[in-house]
Amino acid sequence: MRAPLSWLREYVDLPAGETGRDVAAKLISAGLEVETVERLGADLTGPLVVGQVLAFEELTGFKKPIRYCQVDVGKANGTGEPQNIICGATNFLVGDKVVVVLPGAVLPGGFAISARKTYGHVSEGMICSARELGIGDDHDGILVLPPEHEVGTDAVELLELVDEVLDIAVTSDRGDCLSLRGIARETAIAYGLPLRDPALLDVPEPNGEGHPVRVDDPGCDRFTARTVRDVRPEAHSPIWLKRRLQKAGMRPISLAVDITNYVMLETGQPLHAYDRSRLSGPLGVRRARQGEELTTLDGVKRVLDAGDLVIIDGNGPVGLAGVMGGADTEIADAVEAPSPLGQAQGTTEIVLEAAHFDPVSIARTARRHKLSTEASRRFERGVDPQAAAAAAQRAVDLLVLLAGGTADPGVTQLGRDGGPRSITMKADHPDRVAGVAYGWETVVRRLREVGCTVTGTDVLTVTVPSWRQDLAEPNDLAEEVIRLEGYENLPSTLPRPSAGRGLTERQRLHRRVGRALAGAGYVEAPTYPFLGPAQLDALQVPGDDPRRRTVRLVNPISDEEPALRTTLLPGLLEALRRNVGRGGQDLALFETGLVFLPTGEEPSPVRLPVTGRPSPEELARLDAALPRQPRRVAVVMAGAREPSGWWGRGRPAGWADAVEAARTVAREAGVELTVEAGRYAPWHPGRCAALYAVVRGEKRPVGHAGELHPRVVKALGLPERTCAMEADLDLITEAGTGPVAAPQVSTFPVATQDVALLVDGQVPAADVAAALRSGAGELLESLRLFDVFTGEQVGAGRKSLAYTLRFRAQDRTLTSEEVTAAREAAVAAAAERTGATLRA
Amino acid sequence: MSAPNKSYDPVEVEALQPEVVERVRDEALAAIAAADSLDALREAKAAHAGDRSPLALANREIGALPPQARAAAGKRVGQARSEVGKALAARQEELEAERDERVLVEEAVDVTLPYDRAPAGARHPMTTLSERIADIFVAMGYEVAEGPEVEAEWFNFDALNIAPDHPARTTSDTFFVEPLAEAGAEQDAGLVLRTHTSPVQIRSMLERKPPIYVICPGRVYRTDELDATHTPVFHQVELLAVDEGLTMADLKGTLDHMVQSLFGPGMRTRLRPDYFPFTEPSAEMDMLCFHCRGESVGNPDRPCRTCSSEGWIELGGCGVVNPKVLVACGIDPDRYSGFAFGFGIERMLMFRHNVTDMRDMIEGDVRFTRPFGMEI
Repeated sequence: MRAPLSWLREYVDLPAGETGRDVAAKLISAGLEVETVERLGADLTGPLVVGQVLAFEELTGFKKPIRYCQVDVGKANGTGEPQNIICGATNFLVGDKVVVVLPGAVLPGGFAISARKTYGHVSEGMICSARELGIGDDHDGILVLPPEHEVGTDAVELLELVDEVLDIAVTSDRGDCLSLRGIARETAIAYGLPLRDPALLDVPEPNGEGHPVRVDDPGCDRFTARTVRDVRPEAHSPIWLKRRLQKAGMRPISLAVDITNYVMLETGQPLHAYDRSRLSGPLGVRRARQGEELTTLDGVKRVLDAGDLVIIDGNGPVGLAGVMGGADTEIADAVEAPSPLGQAQGTTEIVLEAAHFDPVSIARTARRHKLSTEASRRFERGVDPQAAAAAAQRAVDLLVLLAGGTADPGVTQLGRDGGPRSITMKADHPDRVAGVAYGWETVVRRLREVGCTVTGTDVLTVTVPSWRQDLAEPNDLAEEVIRLEGYENLPSTLPRPSAGRGLTERQRLHRRVGRALAGAGYVEAPTYPFLGPAQLDALQVPGDDPRRRTVRLVNPISDEEPALRTTLLPGLLEALRRNVGRGGQDLALFETGLVFLPTGEEPSPVRLPVTGRPSPEELARLDAALPRQPRRVAVVMAGAREPSGWWGRGRPAGWADAVEAARTVAREAGVELTVEAGRYAPWHPGRCAALYAVVRGEKRPVGHAGELHPRVVKALGLPERTCAMEADLDLITEAGTGPVAAPQVSTFPVATQDVALLVDGQVPAADVAAALRSGAGELLESLRLFDVFTGEQVGAGRKSLAYTLRFRAQDRTLTSEEVTAAREAAVAAAAERTGATLRA
Repeated sequence: MSAPNKSYDPVEVEALQPEVVERVRDEALAAIAAADSLDALREAKAAHAGDRSPLALANREIGALPPQARAAAGKRVGQARSEVGKALAARQEELEAERDERVLVEEAVDVTLPYDRAPAGARHPMTTLSERIADIFVAMGYEVAEGPEVEAEWFNFDALNIAPDHPARTTSDTFFVEPLAEAGAEQDAGLVLRTHTSPVQIRSMLERKPPIYVICPGRVYRTDELDATHTPVFHQVELLAVDEGLTMADLKGTLDHMVQSLFGPGMRTRLRPDYFPFTEPSAEMDMLCFHCRGESVGNPDRPCRTCSSEGWIELGGCGVVNPKVLVACGIDPDRYSGFAFGFGIERMLMFRHNVTDMRDMIEGDVRFTRPFGMEI
């Protein structure tokens, strides 16, 4: 809402020297968000005067028509002689009143005016267009003033060029502040000054003689209709009216429309003016019939919805109630030449509508038709239902005053008066909300200032004014008191929370996982969780893979990514690719985040009430409607895991690093992963590790790691041999075994034995190790694979695995016989279970 | 070798003469001092302290002396040998130290060589800033609460007193979810991507009994296109306190404490009236500009880029929990009151760390993230 300071002053006697900034500061403190204070004409200096064109000569020989004008500016130029001015516009006649800027003046934008030679003549100033004056965009021609203004009049004052405009972002609860009336009230309160309420008018009693109206829908609770006859269609809006509209951000259109807009800006009550001659029969209010059509004032033909509230006449809809009028009953301007058939030349008889509509209904209609108007914005946010009659009266008065009309004695006024609303509140409630002892006096005074009637001592009965639709609860009243006393005056105290338990195990683990991966060289890259089928295609995810069952969005940012991720890999691989594209080489990224896994069998959520706590069953049902959203962890890497350097050769990132990343994560949870060969997109079928953990006694798959499938690498344009890991962090968390049991540390000497075993190339090393471990028995302290060898020496299709076994007892030094026996038992177990033979 | 002088026969042995012992000792000491290498010292040792050295030979002659002369001679020779031995050990130590010094110099390396053999990783500043903020409150006794990102509209809107026709509940602000079940395709799913962390307030109030003190960091979604200042996916931190007798002053104090913890002593916040359905009274919260501390206001010589010379930086929204919200969660508003606030992590990162483009925070470029390390 834009509020010109000059207009505000009409309702509040602000101190003379008070600037826009001063007023803004007061209003901000009271809770209005004044975004800017625009200083109109701040860089303007005269002389700028009304002139009359006495004569002009059309100059020829130039690319465009040029007029050499003689303009009477009265005594403004000191001589009384006509001013010679070159003008490039042609939209004026001899005798027209225009705005002349004389040499020495500076126009908005620092445009200094001097007498200078142009088009072969000396131009002693300029005739101004609206744009040059900073009062509009019109630059097609110069501004022609109405004839009544005297030559030599100061145009700066006439056109109200110097002013300040407060631009206020009104919150959605304060519909009352979408009017000068509301902002003036806040200003008056802030300054402790009385308010001249523009809606405080004498309104004639309703009678049966007004334009007939029939309201058939509860969505309209008030409808006032007034008629003005004998309106002069050629009457134009006076400058002051146009200027106020312009400063408030509206475009002047025609006198009748300008008046309705002016009254709306002033009182907050949207009005509509109908050409009575184009109305057929009584006006009415009802819901639209599905499919009914209406061409609105903006020229758009709209198909109406059964939920739309419409104004009708005998022929059907004439307006979208509270949103926009219809084109067919629009006020017509006077036409320049009388029509040959002698039909009405412009509107002479006007019916004014001032009604009050259900905010929700208006909001829905505006949204449905994507038609947010000055009227709909106000109705949505709450219009004072008591203002309609006064607003209609104000418009009637202005039509009589400015358009020479005659007010029809008929006054139609339908509607229910809900009566004033009262709120009961403990007198110290604002004190308890704020934590400040305001006291009864202050609370009651502040509430009265905003327009409430207050009675009571310990418990107050507060009757709220009709324009404050937002005041409904004791806390609303508390806010009024607190904001007027100043939020900035609230003290700063600290509550004493009950003793907390700190982070949960799960939360601590999430942090540890992040630190462990970062410590291992991975950089965290949280990515968008949006997913499209093309990304799953690129990952070679099969058509029937559960990862293709996604949560889909009604309104995705991009049609290519209409769903939510079921795997972290697409986003993370995209981040990897972006890094590579920017010249990154050795890259290791990680992400932890939710994936969204619907089953397709979720029940629809129930619409629960908000009047009390839902039952546990209702809440369970609501939660059951959500897709499962487990937390995952993933890493991707490419290039060198360890770069080459002066220390020697580096090492490329490989499948084993991806598996190790999973172990790093699991280690933080105290979980030992079991690794098996896996086949799972998007991994290389021969280089994919399936990861398992024991979750509450049951072996469960928790993820995959390894090198990506070469086709995936190619499809996504990734560096060769890109590796990845993805695991279910929630499952790993669940698999956690709790506190570590401290090992018994033996101080007896260790006995070390190496064995090299030959096995078939297909036998997994993990199986051999498991066999050795079980065969070696309790004396085995550790087992480590230190070499894997394939080649001619061991035979085709076979491999040699070399292990170091360390034996130690808790209570004695082992004898060589004991050690040998343990080693042989280990080898025997490996032989039995994996076909291993000791390498000679 | 002289035969032992068993029979008492006073014999003068030349080698044991005091002046001879003295001379031999001096020669030995001189040779030791003159030895300039460990090899030379080894030779000097052989010559002057070895089995065939004059002092060793002299020692053997002691037996040839008459018993009454042996003690004096023994003492004399013993003293000389001891002096020589000490000198040898001292010189040995000196020469070894010199040798070690030389060897270590030869082993010297260029310690300025770079060593980026194991490049460091990093956590994302969004994560670490969220944690840091959470920790401020955890230290006060708050607990960290979490909730799902695909959320029921009841949690995201209804229970927060956001009416069905509120403008936020449209596709121009909120991501709506298609019905999950094929059977319900023609129905409204009633699910959204949560537009704020506030549904976690509702979940916290349903899961706990007052007093409730929770902090909820999390990822949220709005249908903004990505540009330098907007992102459809961003992070918030939400705080909720519900207890007996909580006030707006408590809210103010809690905010002040937070900005002091994050930006240092002397920091404070400012509340400005605003409107949110889920709080009443509601406020917009600003913090003093941590950079200029407000000194750039009206001071064109000292412009502040951090706050655009406004002196204050907008943080987010806050207020007293609307009693209607308490009621929807089954909490008696006559007994309990609460306060809540929420703000964006990305915004705070932008002004706290001078991030100029939102995209830097979401693209996962390692050059952006690495410098932030493990903590923020």
